[in-house]
Amino acid sequence: MRASTLKPHSTLTRPASVALGVSVLWFSLLVLLPLALVVVASAEDGWAVFWGTLTNTQTANAIQLTLTAAAAATAVNMVIGTLIAWVLVRDRFPGKRLVELLIDIPFALPSLVAGLVLLSLYGPNSPLGINVLGTPYSVFLAVLFVTLPFVVRTVEPVLIELDTDVEQAAESLGASRVTTFRRVVLPALTPAIAAGATLSFARGVGEFGALTLLTGNRPNVSEGAPIRIQSYLETDNTAAAAAVAVFLLLVALTAIGVFDVLSRKVTRHAD
Amino acid sequence: MRTRTPASVVRIGVVVIYLFLLVGWPMGRVVQETFFTGENYLTMALADPSLRNAVWVTLAAAGCAVVFNTVLGVTLGILLVRYQFPGKRLLSALADLPTSVSPIVVGLALLLAYGPVHGVLGAPLAEAGVQLIFSFPGIVLAVTFVSLPLVLRAVIPVLQEIGTDQETAAQSLGASGGQVLLRITLPSIRWAVAYGVVLTLARAVGEFGAVLVVSGGIVNQTETATIAVQRLHQGFETGQAYAIGFLLALVAVAALVIVTILRPHERND
Repeated sequence: MRASTLKPHSTLTRPASVALGVSVLWFSLLVLLPLALVVVASAEDGWAVFWGTLTNTQTANAIQLTLTAAAAATAVNMVIGTLIAWVLVRDRFPGKRLVELLIDIPFALPSLVAGLVLLSLYGPNSPLGINVLGTPYSVFLAVLFVTLPFVVRTVEPVLIELDTDVEQAAESLGASRVTTFRRVVLPALTPAIAAGATLSFARGVGEFGALTLLTGNRPNVSEGAPIRIQSYLETDNTAAAAAVAVFLLLVALTAIGVFDVLSRKVTRHAD
Repeated sequence: MRTRTPASVVRIGVVVIYLFLLVGWPMGRVVQETFFTGENYLTMALADPSLRNAVWVTLAAAGCAVVFNTVLGVTLGILLVRYQFPGKRLLSALADLPTSVSPIVVGLALLLAYGPVHGVLGAPLAEAGVQLIFSFPGIVLAVTFVSLPLVLRAVIPVLQEIGTDQETAAQSLGASGGQVLLRITLPSIRWAVAYGVVLTLARAVGEFGAVLVVSGGIVNQTETATIAVQRLHQGFETGQAYAIGFLLALVAVAALVIVTILRPHERND
């Protein structure tokens, strides 16, 4: 890329253009080309095969289970995530730093280990007598674990910025705590909750590692869509694997788009 | 800050119980399964050459990912914050793509591009004698892919915050572009880079799905720590699976603690 060929509103110097060219080339070879090839592979055998894959009973069940589990976990996160953020920002209690650490563990813990860890408490040897192995709840539990931080971490900064004056004003004018929360606090938090929910849903749909050990992967019962891709890959059915993958990619892209719009709203609100 | 009311006690109670059941207790169980079920499985696991190998493969691949993504993250961060060019917004949005794609899809994508048999670039490369997939470079590609934007995302807000005053001052005093970069820009983002590096390391060490597809998981060669956990668990060597799981959890918790320490430094700079 030569500086002279760039459009007028570019401020790139010559070394900067070279750096940009190399970065974009590397990014394309590592990320864009491989992902584009997934789309190509899914379309290679035509629309009928693509659609046939997604509507295959076992695959359709896997997709449905993944979407349901991700949606259910996201719904739980919207409530409990907001509550956790509220407690972290507004309440004072001993052990708060430990709570902070626990919330971020799902971000850092390898998802395969997350599955193993959950299996020790909610598997066949559960000291609680709860065994989710081989049930649809295992997918829900896995997704619930890995998506825990998203809503908390998007709501928290907005809550910190939120002026308590307005709440106090509402209360001094006779509004109950509940009314104040519903009419004053919640509207301000909604964009952040929605943004966190989007991230949580996108992550939940794509979760693979945590499902591997925890769910038992029983076809039509506890098998998630990403696991289905793996089994297609193991039988060398690349086109079918790609079809399910493209579906997951579309969900991820939609989520990014929605998140982009919502985070703009959050920033505007914070201003 | 309000005083403690019955409502706040209930709120805190619900949060603590929820986190204990979902995260705290399960994490504690790993320690229990590793050390308090008859054997010291950690010593046992670390005495196994194949597991030691898996740990080394994991660390080496994560190290490569850190190098690649630090160079890319810092470069792209400076370009996105300090320059105007067509397609900037698109590039910024696309850079987040790697963390949003399911790991298994990442594996499939890399296989389609660099697989030795059908890979668009992999097949010609294999003919030339270069094999990426089912060998160490494939693992590096996978973990670099999944941790790609972490340094970039850490660096961007700090670059925006420090502004261009110092850089402009240095330039007006006759510093060259390279001098400004080395003496002003890079030192002022060092904590952000460190923060991003820790996140990258944690993510790369813990990657499973993408690596599973591209590494082949050959014991003693291309097996990583997470793949070893799966193998041990499926082979009913549960104790050792928990031991490696414990090591990985330790890395994760250490990363979180370091990140917490690094966070305030950003503001001081």
